[in-house]
Amino acid sequence: MMKFENYMTLEFPSKSCNEAFARSAVACFAAQLDPTMEELGDIRTAVSEAVTNCIVHAYPDELGTVTVRCRILKGQTLDIVVKDKGIGISDIEQARKPMFTTGGMDRSGMGFTIMESFMTNLDITSEPGKGTTVHMRRKLQRRK
Amino acid sequence: MQFTSFLQDGRLTVALTGEIDHHCAKHYIQSIAAKIEAYTPSVCVLDFQDVSFVDSSGIAVVINALRSMTQIEGTLVLDGLTEQPMKVFRASGIDKLVQIKEVV
Repeated sequence: MMKFENYMTLEFPSKSCNEAFARSAVACFAAQLDPTMEELGDIRTAVSEAVTNCIVHAYPDELGTVTVRCRILKGQTLDIVVKDKGIGISDIEQARKPMFTTGGMDRSGMGFTIMESFMTNLDITSEPGKGTTVHMRRKLQRRK
Repeated sequence: MQFTSFLQDGRLTVALTGEIDHHCAKHYIQSIAAKIEAYTPSVCVLDFQDVSFVDSSGIAVVINALRSMTQIEGTLVLDGLTEQPMKVFRASGIDKLVQIKEVV
């Protein structure tokens, strides 16, 4: 198992007002890696997408718990896990396709596409009825 | 979430502010659609100068505004985009569908 240098965990109900809280908290935690503004923007965006998915899709009709765990790994790498115990995704490949959404007119279907392009790694595991885990990693530039 | 707009010579400018995410996107989508329907402008400018963050919900705001403007055969312009919103719009390919003016 890869060694970590620091970690933190957040847990909150799936209320949309917590989207801003989650991305800001992760950005504050990531600040100790001395990221560039662009890297910080990428991390905030990817976290916002993952947490919004929990709020909109995992718990469509009720409030549930969203867990965000961040670790700093050796080699300037930020490891982020966003987890819910919601309805799950039956077809992950379809969910990852650009423009695919089961949401309403206020959704674009670009969430996973953005996470993929803004992070170094993206892994999604899900079980219908049990929940979804989104695992992202971002390797940050070492400043000279 | 704050929102101001003005109409001049058939040009509707909507100034968005703050962070645009799923929490406020629906309100923006409905408010912009109502303004376009009320004024039927030939050009609608979404001003992002005071927007510090957007996620894919911002893409939905733009797509819905584009749909409203296409229906009345008008043009949609995005103005004042800073680095973070621009990167999200580029990743989605929306920069190929609408006219965009970036902040240099």
